[in-house]
Amino acid sequence: MTALDEPVDAPTGPADPFVVAGVPLASRLLLGTGGAASMAVVEETIASSGTALCTVSMRRHGVAAQGSLLDVLDRHGVRILPNTAGCRTAREAMLTAELAREALETNWVKLEVVADEFTLLPDPIELLDAAEQLVARGFVVLPYTNDDPILARRLQQAGCAAVMPLGAPIGTGLGLTNPHNIELIVSEATVPVILDAGIGTASDAALAMELGCDAVLLASAVTRAQDPALMAAAMRHAVLAGRAARRAGRIPKRRHAQASSPVQGMAVL
Amino acid sequence: MNVTVNGQPRDVATGTTLQVLVSGETGGGRGGAAALDGDVVPRSQWPDTALRDGSVVEIVTAVQGG
Repeated sequence: MTALDEPVDAPTGPADPFVVAGVPLASRLLLGTGGAASMAVVEETIASSGTALCTVSMRRHGVAAQGSLLDVLDRHGVRILPNTAGCRTAREAMLTAELAREALETNWVKLEVVADEFTLLPDPIELLDAAEQLVARGFVVLPYTNDDPILARRLQQAGCAAVMPLGAPIGTGLGLTNPHNIELIVSEATVPVILDAGIGTASDAALAMELGCDAVLLASAVTRAQDPALMAAAMRHAVLAGRAARRAGRIPKRRHAQASSPVQGMAVL
Repeated sequence: MNVTVNGQPRDVATGTTLQVLVSGETGGGRGGAAALDGDVVPRSQWPDTALRDGSVVEIVTAVQGG
């Protein structure tokens, strides 16, 4: 047991529900399962993160011994969000989404269409094309997108159920490299904004929530941490703290000091 | 007849259905999906989908992923 294992307040409740496509989710921390060294690590990170939704990828059968992954996810009662990781074109992403829908009996998809292996940045043209076609085919589309407010707007207009801007490229752990753009995306969003990718440590997740994101999706920051379960607990608390701070309303930043102790009634010494 | 399954050549009996092929590969458990010649085939249609010589089949399943 660590201090972070102590019970925490319900992350979402009637007063502050987190709802995607009409479905309430009990946690604002969404967890990717990629990068974990073993299924045991997947299981312990899910437990200590308190997540209600995990992403999975679709790959050729037999590539890896993954037989128990769905069992693990079921055991923890988490919703499964298949992704289209590795797809470079709208066509590939569409087929992958359709395979995932058949395999997992869900019409939700984390849409990823990346331009190259070096940056893993979304290809905006292919992404928007895929989003439009998937929405037309009845999918609930959660697109992994650049931190571009205009692209986020176009994805919303296309009918996406959320927008998921990156904080930094996948797996970099650089945090939020353009917080101003994230704020812009939040400011005009009509669907949930989920900060996806780039999170390195707990303060990054807290910052995303303080900027007004509705949730955070991360994988590597937890699965590749030296102690994945402890980092999962840290992320759980960071997301809760960031959300609470956002709702509480922070003080404005000032250029000069402002005493918090009374200035009247000072003794003359 | 010769088909390709997940990139590997495979010799199967004439008239083999997608249902038989996938069941043999995966045990037919939950979590699998199949595409035949680039089109996704719903599970309900596997028993009625016969492979042809030269068919290209992809069988996928959920794995850990971000």
